[in-house]
Parts: sequence; C-alpha cells; structure tokens
Amino acid sequence: MNWSYFSSPSTFYRLAGWLSPWFFALAAILTAVGLYYGFVVAPTDAQQGEVYRVIFIHVPAAWMSMFIYFVMAAYSAASLTFNTRLGAMMARALAPTGALFTFVALWTGAFWGRPTWGTYWAWDARMTSELVLLFLYFGFIALANAFEDPRRGDRAAALLALIGLVNLPIIYFSVHWWNTLHQGSTVKLTGTSMHVAMLTGMLLMAFAFWMYSIGAALTRVRSIILERERRARWARSL
Amino acid sequence: MTTMALGSWPGGFAWAFSRDFRLAWRNPGETVLVVAFFVLVASLFPLGVGADMRLLERIGPGVIWVCALLAAFLSLPAMFSSDYMDGSLEQMALSSHPMVGWVSGKIAAHWIMTGLPLTVLSPLLALQYGLEPDTLLVLAAALAIGTPVLSLLGAACSALTLGARGGGMLLALLALPLFVPILIFGAGAAQAQASGLSPSPHLSLLAAGLIVAAMGLPAAVCLAIRIALD
Repeated sequence: MNWSYFSSPSTFYRLAGWLSPWFFALAAILTAVGLYYGFVVAPTDAQQGEVYRVIFIHVPAAWMSMFIYFVMAAYSAASLTFNTRLGAMMARALAPTGALFTFVALWTGAFWGRPTWGTYWAWDARMTSELVLLFLYFGFIALANAFEDPRRGDRAAALLALIGLVNLPIIYFSVHWWNTLHQGSTVKLTGTSMHVAMLTGMLLMAFAFWMYSIGAALTRVRSIILERERRARWARSL
Repeated sequence: MTTMALGSWPGGFAWAFSRDFRLAWRNPGETVLVVAFFVLVASLFPLGVGADMRLLERIGPGVIWVCALLAAFLSLPAMFSSDYMDGSLEQMALSSHPMVGWVSGKIAAHWIMTGLPLTVLSPLLALQYGLEPDTLLVLAAALAIGTPVLSLLGAACSALTLGARGGGMLLALLALPLFVPILIFGAGAAQAQASGLSPSPHLSLLAAGLIVAAMGLPAAVCLAIRIALD
C-alpha cells in the first residue's frame, strides 16, 4: 500500500470524511460504557467518597492533553522535514482539541480540589505545568493564524511546537522541584494500586477521548483543507 | 577583508555583534528605556504590597526576576524586526557568513544591551528590598547566567513572529511560558541562599540550561528566519 497516496489533501479529504463518523461512533460507545463503569460499577472510594469519580474525566483529559501535544509536535516535525502540507494541517487541526482537554483537566481538577484539598487552585507542580501547556497551545494557535500566508503560519507554528516539546519536560521538572502537592501517579507501567473497575472505567474513558480527538481532528482538517484548496478544481466540483 | 569574504562563524559573529552594538551605542534611548522600566516596575512593588521589610525581603528575589523577565521581553520585538522591515535581514542571509554566526552575534549584542545592565543594576534594587549581601551576590550571579537564556529563547520567539499580526501580544504569549524554568531556578537560587541553603544546585541547573540553549537555539532562530524570508 502506498501511504503517500493519502498525503494529498484531496484524497485525504475524502478519507477523513469517511473515517471521522466511525471514530465519533466509537467514542460515543466507549464513553457510554466508560461512564457506566465509572458511575455504577466502580465502588465508592474509602477516603474521598463519591468526589473521586471526577477522575473518569480528569485523568483521561490530562493524559490526552499531553499526548495530543506530542502528536501535534510529531506532525509538525514531519511537515518541516518533508515539507508536506497535510502534516501542518493535521497539527493545526489537533491544537484546539488539545487546548480543550487541557482546559477540561484544569477545570475538573479545580472542582475536585475544592472538596478534597479545600481550594480550587494550588500552585502545585502538575497544575502549573498543565497551565503552561495551555499557554503553549494558545501560542501555537495564535502564531498559526497570525500570518497572511497560511503556509508561513504552518511552518512558524511547527517550529514553535518543536521548541515547546523540548521545553515541556524542563518546565515539568522545574515546577516539580519548585512545589509538589499533587498526589503521585497511581497508574504505573509496573502495576497499579487501583481497584480494577476504577481502572477499567478510566482506561475506557481515555480510549473514548482518544477516539473523539481523532474524529474531531479529522473533521477539523476537512474544513482546513477546503479553506486552503477552495480554488482548486476538485474542491470547486464538490 | 579576505576572511570576511570567505565567510566564517567568528567573522559573522564579530560583524553582527559590532554592528548591533554600535547601533545601540549611538542610539542609547532603547537600552536606557529598558533599564528605566526595570527600575520603575521593581520600585512599584513595595508601593503595592506595603513597606513591611520582612515581606519585601522574602518576595525580593522573585519580584526582581519577574521585572528582569519583563524588561528583557520588552526589547525583543526590536531584535530582528527593523532589519526585517528594511530588508537588511535578507542581505545578511545572503552574505557568505554562515547564518548561525551572525545570528549568535545579534543575540550576544542583545544580551549586552539588556541582560547585562539589568544584572549590574540588580544589587541596587536588591538593596531596596533589604536583601542580605550574600543573597544579593547570588541574585546577581543567577541573573548573569539566566538572562542570556532569556535572550536566546526570546530571539527564537522574536524571529518566529516576524511579519505577524498583533506582534507584541503574540510575542508575550509565545515567550513568557518558555521563560518559566529560568524564572523558577533564578529566583530559587537567591531564595535558597536567603533561607540558609546552598544556591549551587539552582545555579548549576541555570548554567546547564544556558549550555543547552546556546547549543540548540541559534539553529532554531536560523530556521525561523529562513521561514520568515521564504
């Protein structure tokens, strides 16, 4: 199979249009099952009571916020090295979804923090680095849209995403040494201290968010392609 | 002239450095403005939070670092934009010197014009905040190591926003989040010294950051300039 066939915007436009409903459907099913696990099957936490159930949104959103930045930077690197248009368009299409999940993670975290820590906001390492991540997303979106020539915005934003990617671990570790209140990771590659139903619900929700992100990015990239190619013959004949 | 014609890293560095330095020297208004802004903002804080000397001593290093950050940031838009507007940036890119050389020269000149005056002035401001002499020295040392990183990171952001709409605000949005680690380690060094701990881990991390930034960022700035000139 020749993968470069799909790197042409006109063919990818059709592929994305065909794929995105499937990803949305998968996201809906996974969300339904995940929320069922989260609200019905998973037991009440011994220490935190019912409040802990916010993790079924909070933790997957936080995971996705970082993962999407990584994917966005990968697309940016590909678009800079191979000078492809589609890679940059995908990076652009991912950024708003990434910013959304970053915001959701911060927002749900604040509502969890109020009853549990007694405060909406604390200058904790993870929260601060998540906030910085939100600013990095905003910077990417603003820079991509700041130029008359969209290709110029593509390439400048791609370089910014790469600088941000190198900086993210440094930002994370710097705020980590600076202040830490947030609990450590419960889920580790070597095993977990969590109830199985809780973990299942959380993983299902993470997959649901993942599928939603793909669907949303594909839908968004279709509008970007149409906007860019509006003068091309194939786009006019749609 | 022969070495100039051949084009070399040091040649480009020396040329761009002396050019920008001379330009700033003959037109010192901008440098003076940056320093004045730094002193002014740092003097406003006690008026805002009250003149309690113990409080001021505690927040002093952080406030001075934030002021240095903002002052360094103020001078960033001018770094490449005037050369970009009148076309000299394009001529420099066409010169026989490798781009990394003269870009590094411009960054070094920017630091001499902003970072160095701030570092030299910081002990004076630190006295206003009642910092101990040894804390004051650590603060100046941290600024001496940290402000070049601000110039390097700022140069990348400044080159990325060449010809962009909404230049100043956009530059703030790009640059300030990237400055976070420098702020943390820089202010942390002085705070560690003030609370009786060793500041050397913070200073070492700052120096490590400077080495990484000096190795990697000039190349990123060059790429950003190439994107802008395309």
